[in-house]
Amino acid sequence: MSLDSKVPHGEMDKKWTDYKGHVKLVNPANKRKLEIIVVGTGLAGASAAASLGEMGYKVKAFCFQDSPRRAHSIAAQGGINAAKNYQNDGDSVFRLFYDTVKGGDYRAREANVHRLAEVSAAIIDQCVAQGVPFAREYGGLLSNRSFGGTQVQRTFYAAGQTGQQLLLGAYSALERQVALGNVTMYNRHEMLDIVKIDGKARGIIARDLVNGTLEKHFGHAVLLCTGGYGNVFYLSTNAMGSNVTAAWKAHKQGAFFGNPCFTQIHPTCIPVSGDYQSKLTLMSESLRNDGRIWVPMKKDDNRKAVDIPEAERDYYLERRYPAFGNLVPRDVASRAAKERCDEGYGVGTTKLAVYLDFKDAIVRYGKIEAGKTGNDTADHDSIVKMGKAVVEEKYGNLFEMYEKITGENPYEMPMRIYPAVHYTMGGLWVDYELKTTVDGLYALGEANFSDHGANRLGASALMQGLADGYFVIPYTLGNYLADDIRTASIPTSHPAFEEAEKKVSDRINTLMNIKGKQTVESFHKRLGKIMWDKCGMARNAQGLQEAISEIQALKKEFWSDVKIPGDINEMNPELDKAGRVADFIELGELMCKDALDRNESCGGHFREESQTEDGEAKRDDDHYSFVSAWEFKGESEWQLNKEPLTFEIVKPTQRSYK
Amino acid sequence: MGLTGLFLIVFLIVHVGVNSCIFVNDGGETFNKAAHFMSHNWILRIMEIGLFAGLLLHIIQGLILWRQNASARPVKYSVNAANANSKWYSRSMGLLGTLLLFFLVIHVSKFFIDTKIALYADGGAHDASHNLYNAMKEEFQTWWVVVIYVLGVISLFWHLLHGFQSAFQTIGINHKRYTPIIKAIGIGYTIIVCLLFALMPISFYLGWID
Amino acid sequence: MEHYNMNLTLKVWKQKNSKAGGSFETYQVKNISSEMSFLEMFDVLNEQLITEGKDPIAFDHDCREGICGACSMYIDGRAHGPWTKNTVCQLHMRAFKDGDTIVVEPWRAAAFPVIKDLMVDRGAFDRIMQAGGFISVNTGNAVDANALPIDKKNADTAFDAASCIGCGACVAACKNSSAMLFVSAKVSQLALLPQGQPERESRVLNMVAQMDKEGFGNCTNTYACEAECPKGISVSNIARMNREYLKAGLTTEQ
Repeated sequence: MSLDSKVPHGEMDKKWTDYKGHVKLVNPANKRKLEIIVVGTGLAGASAAASLGEMGYKVKAFCFQDSPRRAHSIAAQGGINAAKNYQNDGDSVFRLFYDTVKGGDYRAREANVHRLAEVSAAIIDQCVAQGVPFAREYGGLLSNRSFGGTQVQRTFYAAGQTGQQLLLGAYSALERQVALGNVTMYNRHEMLDIVKIDGKARGIIARDLVNGTLEKHFGHAVLLCTGGYGNVFYLSTNAMGSNVTAAWKAHKQGAFFGNPCFTQIHPTCIPVSGDYQSKLTLMSESLRNDGRIWVPMKKDDNRKAVDIPEAERDYYLERRYPAFGNLVPRDVASRAAKERCDEGYGVGTTKLAVYLDFKDAIVRYGKIEAGKTGNDTADHDSIVKMGKAVVEEKYGNLFEMYEKITGENPYEMPMRIYPAVHYTMGGLWVDYELKTTVDGLYALGEANFSDHGANRLGASALMQGLADGYFVIPYTLGNYLADDIRTASIPTSHPAFEEAEKKVSDRINTLMNIKGKQTVESFHKRLGKIMWDKCGMARNAQGLQEAISEIQALKKEFWSDVKIPGDINEMNPELDKAGRVADFIELGELMCKDALDRNESCGGHFREESQTEDGEAKRDDDHYSFVSAWEFKGESEWQLNKEPLTFEIVKPTQRSYK
Repeated sequence: MGLTGLFLIVFLIVHVGVNSCIFVNDGGETFNKAAHFMSHNWILRIMEIGLFAGLLLHIIQGLILWRQNASARPVKYSVNAANANSKWYSRSMGLLGTLLLFFLVIHVSKFFIDTKIALYADGGAHDASHNLYNAMKEEFQTWWVVVIYVLGVISLFWHLLHGFQSAFQTIGINHKRYTPIIKAIGIGYTIIVCLLFALMPISFYLGWID
Repeated sequence: MEHYNMNLTLKVWKQKNSKAGGSFETYQVKNISSEMSFLEMFDVLNEQLITEGKDPIAFDHDCREGICGACSMYIDGRAHGPWTKNTVCQLHMRAFKDGDTIVVEPWRAAAFPVIKDLMVDRGAFDRIMQAGGFISVNTGNAVDANALPIDKKNADTAFDAASCIGCGACVAACKNSSAMLFVSAKVSQLALLPQGQPERESRVLNMVAQMDKEGFGNCTNTYACEAECPKGISVSNIARMNREYLKAGLTTEQ
């Protein structure tokens, strides 16, 4: 099958305007007759459901949580990028576009990224209008901070809770539409399959998680806004419930999966402390604005961090990348930390951690504060005290969280951090209109693959989720639905619905009847270990091949020995989890296949076979300048389709942050 | 609740003010004058009706709250460490209020009704000779009456300790600068008012005043 | 920080569904590390129960980093357990010692019916939000974000109110199961911002009406909510809402 990305012709900066100018429209009377299903209610889903409801469509929105307000977008800490240039530091749509394409290591589709940069400013306007309390300066205007991979200050933030505030904004817009009757909300519902009629997505099968019953829902179009699949690694910064199931069901129904191996490993997370660990906690990238990352110069140095003198500390990011220092992009920072730890310079009990130190920042801010009050003769202690107050205002909630988890005070002792799985750039392949390879089936936000290439820059996920939901899908969906106005609602007694429901029900019964010995959790942990060891921060052909056969064996074992307690027709979190883990196992195999196929290093994907002499990632544009779009063919069988990537504006060069 | 509470708080100032006249220790002359004024000024007599209406409203509101709040949690916690997050007297306003109500019934029947009978029933003839001061002095020679009064005042103390600042919160006054002042005044008010009330029966009983 | 292991006795509320009655079950867990989170201890217990062929304990949880507001356990008589300004998922086992008996119950409120074990239905919060917890602005209608400067103090106060995670600890801890802190946080956030002014009156009236309809109790100012709120939301928001409500009630023409 040939992939048509449907990128409009014309100049890069005119494409989106042109598209909007010529796209087909649906008149208000017809909108009322068109039903849309939105699965997932994070930033992308909530903003899409709200916007489409406002436009007059009949929307049904689904989330597995007890309320849309709990979607994991809420956990995003640092901020959201927008090309506002409020700081007058030379930012522009072009620069945001350029930084994002470069940051993505030239594996993103230029036209999508440009559109993202174009609508970024409107997102901030929209959110402020909704009452999102962004950080402000004393003059009452919006404040910005800088983030990794950029040299301008374009990140808007609300303390360390930006995702929360943006999601609550979208959630309030969504609840408003629920109150107006434009959106029907289905909480504690999980989508378990897509229903296709005549090749088009026409509905879903969802399970009411409270009583276990299956429900059939019709929609003229189905939007998947179901987030990423980082939990395939078991340990990640994702929420416990984050899963790939909806996207995976779509994939098995014909939606291609784009770049599944592109995973973002975030450099600043709290390190693993034991086998019981259930998830990893991110410490916002914004900390790298002020914190300095270092390891001891001596291997196996067991002294306390504060006892190691300045001369014996290796600020390895500042040493290796003087231009960007501690603010190199995430993939670079993560690999550098891994390199130091692999060489034996790691700290902490597991030796899998590096220090993130605020000592200098505290003194620096303290001096500024002292200067403000004209107190030039302040002694060191009072400078430190004033500095701590500034740091507390900026990062207080993060420091508090660190202390709760580790029991250590980060104002006194440097934080220990280590990279952890955070975001998946890969996802369902979509064209310029965010449509998957199944007609009528769309993917938004982290669930699609499109905008971040092989590495996402900080503060860009929130931007993309909201861009897709508020400003892209309202236009592109109309282009599809305009041809669908004559399609009446299909009753869910249609054989396609019955068949899909039976398939889902059969699978649940099969799972419940295995009655094996091993828990779902234990399988998930084993999958995670295979993925982290062999498809994690560094990958090689041999490891990936091993991983594929290990995963296949694990899958067999799962389907013959998994133990699920309880019944089908009741609240049964273990059964929910079993279905998700079964899908993760299949996805894991595809990720390894994709990683194996892509014999180059780019962004978060680091193939040991493809590196420069000083250990930096080496891209191979001659052979791999394409999007891998995997087509499901049958059990453990996929066909690779390639969407060639052409770069009209940002010419690929080897990324350098030195 | 807050508004009627504040109204009653204002009334208590008047009440305690009049009662404090006994401490002049002039055989009740000042006190009886004040009491006479209170019961014979027609404006005050209209306000008296307002006072009872306010009290009644306060009680009715309390009962409604009690009923609604009880049904808001049909299943109770088996372990509840409420002291970790709030004060016992803040949580016990209903109980303290009920105790106060019992006390008030006794209190009103002892002094107020007699005074009214003296005022109206005998066409005012008896009024001139009705000496409230002497009546009080007499009553407070019995130890258990004194105990009941002191217990009543203790209930009032805790009720006010929460109620004073709570009333301001309810009518929407919570200010970084003024709330600490309101709270301090509330504590001062509660201590002074309750101390004066409690001293009355005790002083009579122990013969500190003549 | 010294690490240690502990053995614990847990008394946990078990209830099959919203219609069934419930009761406490007693469980033993061994070798729990002081570094574990409270929910990781529950994971260990559940793994143990599943292996033994027993019914695991259902509880709400998702982000496990203290922001989604899903987790909701009443531990030893406190909403979210013994630490202040904390959620269950961030409570770590170093808060307990070897040999402790820990009692875990669901949030108790008529407006939060139990779904199963420790899970409750907090849909009432969504419905209160639907009643007015928003600013009516359709997508694409916004003016430039900096067109309307907002006094930093107000912006910061609005942010503090907006940091509510909707977990329901305020309701759980309140002796009256009152939702005033939750509702007032949203009312305050929007009343403090210029964008919230057009709907200021109708918002507070409608949200309070919905709150009452849901069967939450009344506020008697014990301030247990503020003390147990994981985000430290101030009761000054409740005073602000009372003010807003009185003002709106007096001036409304409806």
